[in-house]
Amino acid sequence: MHCGMCLPTCPTYDATLRERHSPRGRISLMRAIAEDELPLDQAFADEMDYCLGCLACQSACPAGVDYAELFETSRAEIESAGIQKGVVRGFWRWLTLEQLFMKPRLLRFVGKGLRFYQVSGVESLLRWIGLVKLLPKNFRRLEPQAPRMSVRFSNELIEEVESPVGEKKHRVAMLTGCVQDLAYAEINRDTVDVLVANGCEVHTPPVQPCCGSIHAHNGEEEMARENARRLLDLLPPDSFDAIISNAGGCGSHLRHFAKLLPNDERAKEWDAKVRDVHEFLTEVKVRPPTEAPFEREVKVTYHDSCHLAHGQKVVLQPRAVIDLIPGLMRVDLAESDWCCGSAGVYSLTQPEQSGLLLERKAGHIRTSQAEILLTANPGCHLQIQNAMPELRILHPVSLLAKAYRNEC
Amino acid sequence: MKEPGQIAEEFHEIVGAGNVLTEPADLIPYGFDGTAALRARPSVVVLPGSTAEVAACVRLAAENDIPVTTRGSGTGLSGGSVPPPGGLVLCLVRMNRVIEVDARNLTLRAECGAITAKVDEAAREHGLFYPPDPGSMKISTIGGNVAENSGGLRGLKYGVTRDYVMGMEVVLPDGKIARLGNGCVKDVAGYSMKDLFVGSEGSLGIITEVLLKVLPVPEARRTLLAAFPNLEDAAETVSAIIAAKIIPCTLEFLDQMTIRCVEDFAGIGLPTDCAALLLMETDGHPAAVADEAEKMAQIAGEHGAVEVTTAKDEEESLRLASARRSAFSALARVRPTTILEDVTVPRTHLAEMVSFIAELAEKHQLTVGTFGHMGDGNLHPTFLTDERDKEEMERVHLALDAIVEKTLELGGTITGEHGIGMAKKAWLRQQLGEASYDLMKLVKTALDPKGQLNPGKIFD
Repeated sequence: MHCGMCLPTCPTYDATLRERHSPRGRISLMRAIAEDELPLDQAFADEMDYCLGCLACQSACPAGVDYAELFETSRAEIESAGIQKGVVRGFWRWLTLEQLFMKPRLLRFVGKGLRFYQVSGVESLLRWIGLVKLLPKNFRRLEPQAPRMSVRFSNELIEEVESPVGEKKHRVAMLTGCVQDLAYAEINRDTVDVLVANGCEVHTPPVQPCCGSIHAHNGEEEMARENARRLLDLLPPDSFDAIISNAGGCGSHLRHFAKLLPNDERAKEWDAKVRDVHEFLTEVKVRPPTEAPFEREVKVTYHDSCHLAHGQKVVLQPRAVIDLIPGLMRVDLAESDWCCGSAGVYSLTQPEQSGLLLERKAGHIRTSQAEILLTANPGCHLQIQNAMPELRILHPVSLLAKAYRNEC
Repeated sequence: MKEPGQIAEEFHEIVGAGNVLTEPADLIPYGFDGTAALRARPSVVVLPGSTAEVAACVRLAAENDIPVTTRGSGTGLSGGSVPPPGGLVLCLVRMNRVIEVDARNLTLRAECGAITAKVDEAAREHGLFYPPDPGSMKISTIGGNVAENSGGLRGLKYGVTRDYVMGMEVVLPDGKIARLGNGCVKDVAGYSMKDLFVGSEGSLGIITEVLLKVLPVPEARRTLLAAFPNLEDAAETVSAIIAAKIIPCTLEFLDQMTIRCVEDFAGIGLPTDCAALLLMETDGHPAAVADEAEKMAQIAGEHGAVEVTTAKDEEESLRLASARRSAFSALARVRPTTILEDVTVPRTHLAEMVSFIAELAEKHQLTVGTFGHMGDGNLHPTFLTDERDKEEMERVHLALDAIVEKTLELGGTITGEHGIGMAKKAWLRQQLGEASYDLMKLVKTALDPKGQLNPGKIFD
């Protein structure tokens, strides 16, 4: 099937009007490679790097083509063919994929170092004397984009088991994520508060492996498998009613462990129990707060994370949760489900295209005249905050938690 | 004769280097359209940005005897924009401006590469609309619609693309630029040349700009959904509605296979257990709309509908129409290859044709999903098959032949809205008869004696 219904939803086709930069075009290249009409070469690797992996095409596809799988398989083929060499690329992949995102304690350790750098004055000092300019080019681009580290990480904010005051209705596991944990640990705290307030006994292991999403996206299937196995060992799905994720990018990957581990029976049950937090809350009929989070009415708008909207088809639930909170006026955001350009490491690997998408997103946010942008993915959160430092950005669950707190 | 690749440099000078594609990874995605199983790799793709550039490209191609295949978004369903192997593709998506909406004369001027849905949006900003709404309107180009004379869901009341083309700018095979038609409702100055180019499938000239008729948005509209226990009852309902002197804008039909696939994709709560659905829509003055909707519901009930529901608001109407537009693509969920038919018969023979297709599928043991525009007799029986299974494909071809035979026997046409392209060439002579076929060929030879434009389409 190549009807082309995906074309108008693809940000890279929209920007270039070139078929090869569209989902249909990319799939035709994959097919040509499979049929030996085209070599698996740098041109194809570049094309797959240029794809955001936002999965808007998947929402648009009436034929139900699983682009996510084609995309990840392609990137894995590219990696195993060893096309993209280079010491610098190799070093960055080793550092991030093999070290930081495989070793949660190391990641937190580095996070603490980064926090020290940011709060101790070293950062300001280095920037002031211009020493940052001595950093390698990639690192220099990364430096100002690095998220502000949380003052405390999730394990310092959340007890391993937290129980509701009244009746215990659900037993759930809480995934704290990697970037979410480092940059927005308080969102994890808010999520647990909201779950507890809705009758959940929440289990949050203090040290959690990465979900493996970043590995799968970057063609490292074996590492993704290893992370999936670790999570299944840490949180056996038969012990919980639901496994909660509050980060769009993680949730999208977390639902497909059975594909990664087809022979592991637990993976199927895991996939069936993973829930985005908004999805879970609407399923269990979340209790509407009686108080407003702020003293006056506040205009808010909601940006869909690609992997929440397109990857997980969770579109209505976050809006439903927001609409339950008193004292908010939610206005629609134009092109709310159009990628903001964050897309994992895309803002680093494809800064130009990422910047264009970010500008487009920022324009719509300004037009909406919302005082607060609500979004449910740390990648989007960081990306948009970098472009709009004055804008207040929150996770919908944080507002819900704030409203509940005002009840006391 | 130079190879197209060799003159890529000369194309650079016309359109700029970034708009000439010659690398395999750039070319492969331009080797197909929306039709299953038709593929060929061009040797160069050129993306001009203006009519003058198109004309210069056509002249350059003509000087070098290179065949030119024009393409918009590549959503055609008869292989009309599939190039011959090694040919030149002229892709016009960069020329995508809506130039002007003239609310006083009810016209709209747009470049050929403007997206159909954007054309309609531009009209709606002035309280007007562009009625033809082909299934691919979210991405199809208006130039492609005119070249293929596309239909859509509203054909019964509003007609097809041809009924809205008032004028155009066209680049002829020798590179000359001609303006055809004008903004006058009445115009009998010589032959209606624009009409020759509507539906010419890029074989006579390259349409670079169009002047379209637009209409005021109707004040009211109502959408009904009727579920039937069998196909014939749905077809009889359509005949009865028209016999009752009602002309709804939409009378769309979906069989069970199609309903299930569409529901799988859209998830809007279609009844998946009924044998057939009719999507009926009436628009116009509020009082007339209310009256017609009531009558249609009554007629459906009298003809065996088990349930008739009304869309509660505009949003739900749009969702239903949009779900219906996804039918063809949604059917691809079932098997790897979808072969879409486009036969059209006079409305009185609809019920007969629908039963014939069902029997035929049974006889050849094939899976068919049928949907279509019942109001205008245009059916889309879609064979769900696998092109790798040679034996099954043979049975598909037997069934397709039989459908064509039956269509012609009933006084129908082999294609209502998709065009001849490459897919239907084999049957054109049979439908037209010798004299008419020769006349058509004479027109082609007169305008394009060297066969420069879109060779291998319509005729062999």
